[in-house]
Amino acid sequence: MSRLRLIPIILLLWLVSTFAWRLIKPADPAVRSQLVERTLPPFTLAPIVAGKPGFTSTDLATGKPRLLNIFASWCLPCIGEAPVLEKLRQRGVEIDAIAVRDTPVAVQTFLNIHGDPYQRIGTDPQSAVQITLGSSGVPETFVVDGRGVIRHQYVGPLTEANIPGVIAQLEALK
Amino acid sequence: MIAETGLAALWLTAGLAAYQLVLMLLALRFDLPVSRSIRAVAVVQGLLSLLAFAALLLVFARSDMSVALVFANSHSDKPFIYKIAGAWGNHEGSMLMWVTILAISGALLALFSRKLSERTLIAALGSQAVLALGFYAFLLIASNPFDRLFPAPPNGQGLNPLLQDPGLAFHPPTLYLGYVGLSVAFSLAVGALLTGEVDGRLARAMRPWVLGAWVLLTLGITAGSYWAYYELGWGGYWFWDPVENASLMPWLAATALLHSINVLAARGALKAWTMMLAVIAFSMSMVGTFLVRSGILTSVHSFAIDPERGTFLLALLTIYVGAAFALFAWRGATLKEGAPFELVSRETGLVINNLLLSVILGIVFVGTLYPLFVEAVSGEKMSVGGPYFNAVAGPLALVLAVLVGVGPLLGWRRERRPVLRVLRVPALLAVTAFVITIILSASISLLVRFGFAAAAFLAASSILPLVRRNPLRTPLATWGMVVAHFGIAVALVGMAANAAFTSERLAVVQLGETVKVGPWLVQLEDVTPTAGQNWTATEAQLRASRGSGPISLKPQTRYFTDPVTETNEAAIDTFWNGQLYTVLGKADPSGGWQVRLWWKPFVTLIWVGGFLIAFGGALALGGRLWRMRTRGPAAASWRRERYA
Repeated sequence: MSRLRLIPIILLLWLVSTFAWRLIKPADPAVRSQLVERTLPPFTLAPIVAGKPGFTSTDLATGKPRLLNIFASWCLPCIGEAPVLEKLRQRGVEIDAIAVRDTPVAVQTFLNIHGDPYQRIGTDPQSAVQITLGSSGVPETFVVDGRGVIRHQYVGPLTEANIPGVIAQLEALK
Repeated sequence: MIAETGLAALWLTAGLAAYQLVLMLLALRFDLPVSRSIRAVAVVQGLLSLLAFAALLLVFARSDMSVALVFANSHSDKPFIYKIAGAWGNHEGSMLMWVTILAISGALLALFSRKLSERTLIAALGSQAVLALGFYAFLLIASNPFDRLFPAPPNGQGLNPLLQDPGLAFHPPTLYLGYVGLSVAFSLAVGALLTGEVDGRLARAMRPWVLGAWVLLTLGITAGSYWAYYELGWGGYWFWDPVENASLMPWLAATALLHSINVLAARGALKAWTMMLAVIAFSMSMVGTFLVRSGILTSVHSFAIDPERGTFLLALLTIYVGAAFALFAWRGATLKEGAPFELVSRETGLVINNLLLSVILGIVFVGTLYPLFVEAVSGEKMSVGGPYFNAVAGPLALVLAVLVGVGPLLGWRRERRPVLRVLRVPALLAVTAFVITIILSASISLLVRFGFAAAAFLAASSILPLVRRNPLRTPLATWGMVVAHFGIAVALVGMAANAAFTSERLAVVQLGETVKVGPWLVQLEDVTPTAGQNWTATEAQLRASRGSGPISLKPQTRYFTDPVTETNEAAIDTFWNGQLYTVLGKADPSGGWQVRLWWKPFVTLIWVGGFLIAFGGALALGGRLWRMRTRGPAAASWRRERYA
């Protein structure tokens, strides 16, 4: 009988240790795409600015790994990310972009001011493709291998510190 | 100066709480006669914490921006009532409010508890002192509400506009009063376990506190549910959100306690179980406070996420609940169970009530924390939502609702009367209700059909205890029970009707266009800008009609500047048979407006039922307190239990 009476204490200790674990290791608020390590879902994106073609999901399977950047002209962290993407482009990284909920004029202005590291830019006016990709915000960057399989997802802006990692990842996928 | 006075009062009262604890130890260990001094200390401790809280209210009322807390949570342009409400619309202020209520309830316990044995009262006051001491330390070390800013900023950062609502001014205080009322039950249980005096006297001393706390929790949950319903603009009354569950769990435990305590008071039975429930009920309040304040679960209510505060609260939780459980393990075996009872008796009914409530509590507890447990073990992220809770707890709640109708008809100890015969009319009504739902619609889920049936059964059977009795000679406590049980039936009808008959329409509407929702034709007449004291808004003019004269509704999208936030102000029109609920959304690129419309038949019954339940509790509380005053404790104690 007296052992039975210890059950509440044991349950409490279990509960408290779970709570303590969560306090020490706070939840990662980033939403991870379920499509990492899977082939890109089929989509078609129309062009949004003159001189930059749109693209489809199959266009990304070029035999060479590349980045798929999700951005918007109205997104402040994207401005911070723009020079990083430019540096990656200078080192030979090929980048395509999806402009989310944007207008041609705004995107063109953004590119004029903050630089244009992109090969192709497709427009996603209702975030439909973004949601299909499992992306929950802007900016996000997917590493896509030569067969059109998503190999990695960066949530939030890429920074200078990410550059060596991204280059190494793309090299490894070649 | 005001802030410094508050801080000084807080330090002083913390010192007094420590002294109160020492007095209790002296009394229990060396039998020193401390009962007068410990009462006095408890009263002064209550008054000083009240002074500290009054100081906080005053700096908020004066918009004293040199106090960091005011700066962070208030703004001089805010309506006055929300300046005051801002005092508890934040972490530090709400913690101060919590401990103030705790200290005042300790003072009331010291002043008015005459029936309890002195030793148990002293032990209970010592336990109250430990509880308060933890929170004083928490405030003084980790979250001082009176921190100054220098230089003082010109104006504050404002209060979240969602919280600028009359509902909010009263919702947290009500819940806190409820939580803290349970702390008295906890302390009395701890005190009685220490002295070994778990008996009917203890139950009768504990009962008003549990009843009062339960009434306030019921009110708080009901008001919170209505606030979420009209303020968030989602058209739902309960979302099984972790913070909602955090308020539901203590309520479930308190409901179970409320019933088992009657068995202890009347028959001296269920001693260990009742003490355990008293500990669990307050533990659930602590768990709830921890979940809300640490922000470890994702919720629409996510307040400050602060590991330091979370750690502190977790430490308090572990110490309080761990100590009480340890005490229970140590002393629980010494409790002798009281009078035996037979299988068919009111005791059995209340035991089943307690079992069902405990299982539902377990279901809600597991569902709320399951994502956390799973992630701790496997690292996998998941969420548990309405479908789980409705499917698992729903049927049990319906079984409970039916038994609520039966239990009060049973006599104490043994029941030899043919009770089932009395229940023929309610049973017939239940079957009728079930058949009507089949005739009305084929698409209603089975659970909802049973919901209507259970509500019909309960509505009829709950008033049976009054049949063939002189209403004037029936004790107020019996009236309270009947009203509360009837309230459950009323709320159940509202929930079932909402689930079965709600019509929803989400549409992009051009100016002048008409859309249909349920029996209503709603026309968008105009969309115009408008403004209030600290907001601007886009307001739609809707003309709604169903046969008779049209009515006008004006839902808004409000933009607040301090801080910058956008809220939806739903326009709701209430009729005897339901509510028309309208929300204005964004402008559509096509030139139209997004509009969301609901017709919710009989939805208001949910909250009417909630208030009836609380009102029933208040009647019972009033009846018990009045009897204690007029007839003296001795007479009240035996007479009160004879209301079968």
